[in-house]
Amino acid sequence: MRKLLFESLFRGPFTEPAPSLDDAAVAELATAVGDAGRRRLGRSLSIREVDAGSCNGCELEIHALNNAYYDVERFGLRFVASPRHADVLMVTGPVTKNMRDALARTYHATPDPKWVIAIGDCARDGGCFAGSYAVVGGVSEVIPVDLHISGCPPTPTAMLKGLLALLERADAVAVTS
Amino acid sequence: MPSLIDRILEGREILQRRPWPRAVVGAHLWRFVANELAQGRLGLLGLWGEPATVHMAIMDEATAEIATVSLDCPDHTYASIGRHHPPALRLERTAQDLFGLSAEGLPDDRSWLDHKCWGVRFPLGDRIDALPKPAPYRFLAAEGDSLHQIAVGPVHAGIIEPGHFRFTASGETVVRLEQRLGYTHKGTEGLMSGASLERAVQLAGRVSGDSTVAYAYAFSRAAEAALELAVPDRAVWLRALLAELERLGNHLGDIGAICNDASFTLIHAHCSVLRENVLRAADRAFGHRLMRDVIVPGGVTCDLTDDGREAIRATLQNIRQRFPQLVELYDNTASLQDRTVDTGVLKPALARQYAAGGFVGRASGRAFDARRTLAYPPYDVLRFEVPVLNEGDVNARVWIRVRELEQSLSLIDQILDRLPEGPLRANAGQFGEPREGMAIVEGFRGDILVWLRLRDGLIERCHLRDPSWFQWPLLEAAIENNIVADFPLCNKSFNCSYSGQDI
Repeated sequence: MRKLLFESLFRGPFTEPAPSLDDAAVAELATAVGDAGRRRLGRSLSIREVDAGSCNGCELEIHALNNAYYDVERFGLRFVASPRHADVLMVTGPVTKNMRDALARTYHATPDPKWVIAIGDCARDGGCFAGSYAVVGGVSEVIPVDLHISGCPPTPTAMLKGLLALLERADAVAVTS
Repeated sequence: MPSLIDRILEGREILQRRPWPRAVVGAHLWRFVANELAQGRLGLLGLWGEPATVHMAIMDEATAEIATVSLDCPDHTYASIGRHHPPALRLERTAQDLFGLSAEGLPDDRSWLDHKCWGVRFPLGDRIDALPKPAPYRFLAAEGDSLHQIAVGPVHAGIIEPGHFRFTASGETVVRLEQRLGYTHKGTEGLMSGASLERAVQLAGRVSGDSTVAYAYAFSRAAEAALELAVPDRAVWLRALLAELERLGNHLGDIGAICNDASFTLIHAHCSVLRENVLRAADRAFGHRLMRDVIVPGGVTCDLTDDGREAIRATLQNIRQRFPQLVELYDNTASLQDRTVDTGVLKPALARQYAAGGFVGRASGRAFDARRTLAYPPYDVLRFEVPVLNEGDVNARVWIRVRELEQSLSLIDQILDRLPEGPLRANAGQFGEPREGMAIVEGFRGDILVWLRLRDGLIERCHLRDPSWFQWPLLEAAIENNIVADFPLCNKSFNCSYSGQDI
């Protein structure tokens, strides 16, 4: 173990520079971030991930945000274990009818101010599962959504761009308010 | 001497043989098969419904012969298999929920996928309106002094799929775990009916995101069996390359995540980097990090370029250089071994009874690997070993993954060395009459079964059976007498699919 740790001291870090902001996300967020955000939260957001019926593809890529290449924690973004600790809900999947209640309850358990990011094509409008007897549709059918990030699944970079746009926006709101 | 499967099928009209026979049987023979399953002479591969028929896929484990038996049930009832052979229980509860087929004598008739939220009952059979006031779900009782219950989920603490676990504990020790799944039920099989092959393979690739290659592979092979479509050699080999890359990435992720659940984050951090390298190589080679929508009926949609080949080679070299250090660290860290050795033991007899596939089965003495046992091409000409252990604990499931990962590295090398040239895709002909096909493909988690019937070029009915159906119930058994705090570790070592099971 010492050898492994020692090597890590001398090897350059895996972590890559932050990607530029996603313009589409900036535009969508222009009206989404409430005024209290930045002041209350600082430049730090706690994220609760909620799988509302996804195939697990989006979860794999959300996991990747935590690896050394993307290292999402360096931006003050942290995944937390309970909605009660969260500022942001990252919701995946077409919302299934069997998960609708659980998603709504998770949203209500999250303290204000809060934002909802819908991750993936299915979370936007049900994707290829739209129209099924067992599927409600997109996340916005159940709870209000502030930002959509497309992809099947979206790449970690795409998600990082969206999250950084959210942070920037929270900053801007704080400066002007 | 005729084999057991031959004796079952003797004198029956074989409806389709693509590639395994299917025959309609009467109630007497149906019960005979139930008894053979209960006696352990046959393994259950799947049980699924149609509006007035129930199908069961069985395997003679000694000879690897496979057959499907079908029972017509115009009155929507049939003799329960689960009554004699528990692995069928959840499958029969599902046939009840989706088709309204009622298994007579089923010891557990609670709904499984139907959480009374759909607004309809029997969505794939003769639909009727949902009950106005459904009764709440009854969890199984556990009786004794000072027992307490812990309810977890469907929204979990980690970044994982939703499901509900009901623990009954005595102090710290788990006395009973009961799973309640179905939260991610998307009605995929319903969407399949009437779909074109193009849309259906896309849906198949979204049954379980971590196995998107394996599902598209299994679906395509089933469709090709039905259409008697020969896939070009280069596509056959590229498919195996995709499948091994998927296995490699997932095993790396799992090994890291298991160590993480034992609070040993160093291995997790390094495995995550190696996994990311695999995903990036996949992206360069096939244009998608998870290699989605590359395998389609008839072949593959994307060729391997020199640049892609180079990316894969470089990744393999990197893993070969760095992974052995991590394995050594795993093996020599006493505090980590203390968590994984003798934890969550799955007895070989249970793995055999449930015909459990993947690392769950192979860590508990069941040597089945579809790549070897069924030897579909190109695995019939590739050299690889199927590692098997008998301990059945978390540690054994880690080691099976380690050894399989090493085999995948060797398989990818062989494929890259021997990849034939040629076209990537064959076009499917049209057939007027209905045609059926079945396929079993080894995903990273175990054997995925797909059965389908085509009519006029469209899917009439398609059933996709995830390996998790026969692994989830075993987790309930393996956790017994372990402490509650070891559940995440045991759960991760099984890594069953929620979405694949919920379908």
